Amino acid sequence: MTDANILLLAIAIPALTPFVVAALGNRPNLRDGASVLASFATFAAVLALLDAVIDGARPAVTLLEVMPGLVLRFEVEPLGMLFATVASGLWIATAIYSIGYMRGANEKNQTRFYICFAIAIAAALGIAFSGNLFTLFIFYEVLTVSTYPLVAHKETPEARKGARVYLAILMTTSILFLLVAVIWTWNIAGTMDFRAGGILEGKIDPAYVPFLLALFAFGISKAALMPFHRWLPAAMVAPTPVSALLHAVAVVKAGVFTMLKVGTYIFGVGFLGKTGAAEWLMWLAAASILIASIVALTKDDLKARLAYSTVSQLSYITLGVALASQMGVIGGSMHIVMHAMGKITLFMCAGAIYVAAHKTKISELDGLGRKMPITFICFAIASLSIIGLPPFGGAWSKWYLMLAAADAGQIVIIGVLMLSSLLNVAYLLPIPARAFFAPPRGQVAHSLGAAAAPVREGVEEAPLLCLIPICVTAIGCLVLFFAVGGLYEYLLSIQILPESMP
Amino acid sequence: MMALIETNLPALQVVLPLVAAPLCAMLGRGSRSWAFATIVSWLTFLIALSLFTKTFGGTIISYEMGGWAPPVGIEYRVDVLNAFVLMIVSGMAAIVLPYARRSVAAEIPAERQSFFYTAFLLCLTGLLGVTITGDAFNVFVFLEISSLSTYALVASGAWRNKRALTAAYNYLIMGTVGATFFVIGIGMLYMVTGTLNMADLAVRIAAHGDSSTVHMGFVFILIGIGLKLAMFPLHLWLPNAYSFAPSAVTAFLAATATKVAVYVMLRFMFTVFGFDYEFQAATLEMVVLPLAILAMFAASLVAIFQDDLKRMLAYSSVAQIGYILLGLTFLTDTGLTAAIIHLFNHAVTKGALFMVAGCYVLMAGTSSISSLRGVGRDMPWTTAAFVVAGFSLIGLPLTVGFVSKWYLVLAALELGWWPVALLIMASSLLAIIYVWRVVETAYLQSAPEGTVRKEAPLSMLIPTWVLVAMSIWFGINAMTTSAAASRAADMLIGSSQILWED
Repeated sequence: MTDANILLLAIAIPALTPFVVAALGNRPNLRDGASVLASFATFAAVLALLDAVIDGARPAVTLLEVMPGLVLRFEVEPLGMLFATVASGLWIATAIYSIGYMRGANEKNQTRFYICFAIAIAAALGIAFSGNLFTLFIFYEVLTVSTYPLVAHKETPEARKGARVYLAILMTTSILFLLVAVIWTWNIAGTMDFRAGGILEGKIDPAYVPFLLALFAFGISKAALMPFHRWLPAAMVAPTPVSALLHAVAVVKAGVFTMLKVGTYIFGVGFLGKTGAAEWLMWLAAASILIASIVALTKDDLKARLAYSTVSQLSYITLGVALASQMGVIGGSMHIVMHAMGKITLFMCAGAIYVAAHKTKISELDGLGRKMPITFICFAIASLSIIGLPPFGGAWSKWYLMLAAADAGQIVIIGVLMLSSLLNVAYLLPIPARAFFAPPRGQVAHSLGAAAAPVREGVEEAPLLCLIPICVTAIGCLVLFFAVGGLYEYLLSIQILPESMP
Repeated sequence: MMALIETNLPALQVVLPLVAAPLCAMLGRGSRSWAFATIVSWLTFLIALSLFTKTFGGTIISYEMGGWAPPVGIEYRVDVLNAFVLMIVSGMAAIVLPYARRSVAAEIPAERQSFFYTAFLLCLTGLLGVTITGDAFNVFVFLEISSLSTYALVASGAWRNKRALTAAYNYLIMGTVGATFFVIGIGMLYMVTGTLNMADLAVRIAAHGDSSTVHMGFVFILIGIGLKLAMFPLHLWLPNAYSFAPSAVTAFLAATATKVAVYVMLRFMFTVFGFDYEFQAATLEMVVLPLAILAMFAASLVAIFQDDLKRMLAYSSVAQIGYILLGLTFLTDTGLTAAIIHLFNHAVTKGALFMVAGCYVLMAGTSSISSLRGVGRDMPWTTAAFVVAGFSLIGLPLTVGFVSKWYLVLAALELGWWPVALLIMASSLLAIIYVWRVVETAYLQSAPEGTVRKEAPLSMLIPTWVLVAMSIWFGINAMTTSAAASRAADMLIGSSQILWED
């Protein structure tokens, strides 16, 4: 099989899974099995592709010409490959986790859930492999639309409201800003291919560059850059597997990935650095990091706190783009991996807590660590990784981002990154700490009322299908710390400079 | 025989439905006249198709009615532009008529159905005639044929709702005023030039030069056609006419009648008055452009607050006509391409949406949005069709609506009209609101107590889905439509130089 066919296969498997899932709608075991199988098959295809890309291949497929000059085209390059590997790899974890969660929480309409989930993954892979801005925009919108039913899944008034905010913000910004930016790029550059070194240099009046960059930065609101971040907390009404994979990995990472891609291959890092057009973006991202962290401190709802933490962490990656250097791009791309691994663990833990103990508020978690030790240990590990402490993966991406800031001479940015780590400590660590060390609330109450039933002791973890993926991703956080050498080598192969003219 | 038919195709295009109409009235009761009308519409479509394939390459077919040479005789003149419109009109008839059987059977008494189909065929005749003729006065004649039969068709909604009579009467008055303006305008041109053949008019107006009579002629024609195509604020007849007409009629009219009027406008402006006519350019920019933008916003805003689905779609039509007019006022190649391609794209999309509304009227007995709660479960295919066609109305990628929007924004950016590009996008956000209101009601709210609704019959679903499929197909593969539209635009721009040859 040629690399190009594998590429198509990697997108086709999740794209065709919905049909299988729909056909097996009446047999839940087969249906969920099909989903898991598809996730493994997709990952296998992506890994095969990864091998080829590491060897220097750049497989490409042109599907069809939509309008004159506008082609649907896939082309793999290291950055997209990285995103595809993360998204498809974590799909396996979530696919298994969903079975435990959806059954444990007795959710309705599970068939629809799995259908939309697979479409969303297909769209994420489409974004990862897109060979030009046009293709990327198309899959970006597919991802928005296909995740709407997932956010609205519970069909309650809050779910409806959250989903409405979700759709409204993502659609508004993508149509009002991103599409205009795409068409503008097409109009001035006459091409939309992603090219090393960018396609805009020399074609656009430098005075317009910050403006075009703003259209992109705000148009790609999946990256949750403030002030267009409101959709992310709103989307937390979705079932937890959705929050875990989509709103910690696929959707938000699609956003920051697009940002990286636009910065590297449309503007070109060198061009951004030369014109200084990204400086405002750097400060906005820095502000976004701090403000979102502070907001996270005030949230008592566990998922809401994680959501704001995501907003803050995503801006790290935007910051990497805005620093406009190779180190920035490497730090940003690395943070895609590290944050994905950590945040998916945190979300899956939140879901496990909901399934096993029906708790959603942080203030209710006191003492729960004794009942759910594994979940909370994993939570602690992932928290440490997000904070950026060794020996967990998150340490490296922050390290490279700080290096990039130092290279750029932005001392203030280094300060921001350090302050943010402290804030991370403040909003993440109290959660496992309360769970393990605070006395359970019930006990206090019961010691007052002697007649009350005794508190049940012993371990009550979430279903095994929930627990296993959590452990795997938590261990992943640890493994990534030691595997960073290979990752760094790989990220160096992202072409930053334009190919030399023949 | 074949050769004879082939040379007389332009005449047959109009004569076939014209002769068939009285025959249809003689056939008596419902199903026979329906079958007859359907077959006629299919034949008409075949003729249009063959005319389109002949002219697609750039040939212009000139047919002399009755062998009388123009400019004295009436000339039928087919080029890529009107062949494209002929195809839209006859194609929509060929799709709507199969759909009409069940819907008409429910809305119109059996003994009147043959008259209904007669009026339908006459309307088709009129619209085709307007499009194909190269004679200015002949345009007026056919416009009246189509209008008079439309009044009858709208009024035949009275069996379902008596308000159809006032709607038809209102339309009659406005339509007649429009036709009068139009014919006065033509009279003025005749006064100046002494000819009625369009190609001849173009030459003579150019030779005669500018004068206040030509100005007046232009303004009268603009207002007359403006009424017919529901140019804001001359659109007041449209919402009532569309909401109270029988469902099949609404689907047909929404997709064709206004499109033909737009065609007449294009033809008069660019073939007769010429592309470089200064007074026209000034009028377009100072008057039509603001009105078009106003239409996009005002009509969309009104649409958001409608409870009746058909009325909501009708207001959306007024807004969409704003897009078409906007494309026209750019006076550039891309702008005209956008306007022409949107003729087709909007016809397909709005036809599908009105057909969905018709399915609701038949099966749920209502088109009121608030009583369509939960209809997504009872009528899954119909509602899915609404969602997909709704995407196209919003202009999401992979639908025809996106193609139109792309060209429109591109045209605005080419001119450097920044605010206009953003306004186009902003107004399509309003479309999201009114489309999504329906989607939410249909899927996320539970059905009112005691409603019994079944899925629409296949004879209605298939035509609806044919249009939906077209709105996807031509959104993914827009090469044919965009080639036709851009050739038509080139031809219109070039046609001020192409003189009438004898």
